[in-house]
Amino acid sequence: MAKSAIADAGIRLCINGSEHLLQIEPRVTLLDALREYAHLFGTKKGCDQGQCGACTVHVDGRRVLACLTLASQVEGLAITTIEGLAVNGSLHAVQEAFIRHDAFQCGYCTSGQIMSAVACINEGRTGSDTSIREYMSGNLCRCGAYPHIVAAVRDAAQAMDLGEGRGR
Amino acid sequence: MNNFEYVRATAIPDALRAVADQAGSRFLAGGTTMVDLMKCGVEVPSALIDITRLPGLDTIEAGPASVRIGALSRMSDVADHPTIRKEFPVLSESLWRGASAQLRNMATIGGNLMQRTRCSYFREPGVYSACNKRNPGSGCAALEGVNRGHAVLGTSPSCIATNPGDFAVALVAFDAAVYVENGKPRRIPIDDFFTLPGDTPDVEHPLSPGELIVAVEIPTSPALRRSHYLKVRDRESYEFAVASAAVGLELEADGRTIRDVRVALGGIATRPWRARTVEAALVGRTFDEPTVRAASRLATEGAVDHGEDRFKIDLAPRVVARALLTVGGTS
Repeated sequence: MAKSAIADAGIRLCINGSEHLLQIEPRVTLLDALREYAHLFGTKKGCDQGQCGACTVHVDGRRVLACLTLASQVEGLAITTIEGLAVNGSLHAVQEAFIRHDAFQCGYCTSGQIMSAVACINEGRTGSDTSIREYMSGNLCRCGAYPHIVAAVRDAAQAMDLGEGRGR
Repeated sequence: MNNFEYVRATAIPDALRAVADQAGSRFLAGGTTMVDLMKCGVEVPSALIDITRLPGLDTIEAGPASVRIGALSRMSDVADHPTIRKEFPVLSESLWRGASAQLRNMATIGGNLMQRTRCSYFREPGVYSACNKRNPGSGCAALEGVNRGHAVLGTSPSCIATNPGDFAVALVAFDAAVYVENGKPRRIPIDDFFTLPGDTPDVEHPLSPGELIVAVEIPTSPALRRSHYLKVRDRESYEFAVASAAVGLELEADGRTIRDVRVALGGIATRPWRARTVEAALVGRTFDEPTVRAASRLATEGAVDHGEDRFKIDLAPRVVARALLTVGGTS
């Protein structure tokens, strides 16, 4: 059994393919570990209570909320954040679609929306706008950019289908 | 959030021992309830025993006689299981209509059964001191407070907090059992797993300290194969039920006489609520809309409202009726 005491227990997080050794207490969430310790500020803190989706990241390819995940729990698992989507400077199809469709206003929810959308497409939930709305419902946008977000997800899903041969 | 000791268990006996060894320690699975309530100041564990890497507890076996779901199965995996989706719709529907895609990827089936009420007075100890569930003997702020979301069935003068579950409603309708372990295995019928608040609303389950849920088992039946979960809520998705119904139906060979019917309600009671009087009023009768509507009205017999939650007494029977008419193919 792995035990970590009150402080000073280093944990290894694999974030976007790089290993980070972080000296953090057990109470540090994955969200705070990313922002305050790994200095990756793309993942946003909205409600910090599992209600808004702004902190959505992928753990072993599945979308989860970083604010309700303890960093210690995901030690050794593959964590992907918004910073890990672009490859060699070229944006992910979902990132491009969000820009093309102007799928944001203030932008605060956007990295969570995009991380959620990538997973939503991979899960095969983009067959209709109704399905997109249902399976994107965990990401709130207080600016109300929903129609453009749905359009961007629909468009990106088609782009990713066409580009499947390239694995993107 | 208070600090605590973190222990990652890698075998069931280790997890049981770790909890036994330290007073105030709790199991940690998906964290969607525990970490949330720790941030609210409701849960203040001295240690968290992370059970998410225990082997063998995330299997799903959908056999001819029963569906057995390991306690660490994630809500999303159970909801998407091909056999469960196709053969036992209420189990899948009650899961994917709960929470959001992200939370369903995190939350486990065992944790889902242990989720706590969404009562604001329970969740905000810094603002409201009176909550018998959180602090026995302190009173109930919801009785005279904002109680639109509160329960009208199974309440007591001590507590009117609603059980927020969806999946548990399906389990109650279809006679599931919960398997727990603490050295030796124990089977708890689902009806006994959720206790009424009475004078002790802080006690919600008959679990002994350190007992670990290892699986849930649902016996299959023709009614489970013809089943449905209807959830009515304030927004279309990602919201708790104001009233919900898990129903199942089996007709005689004549295609119209009711042989077996199951009805359980969510969102309106202090525990997932089996409506046996509705079932009894329907068995042996001809399935038609007037009969279904009349029987459904029995669902909230004896209900007690607290002002703002009064609408649920009228709403819940309609939800039951619509769910039954949907599985009966007449709606």
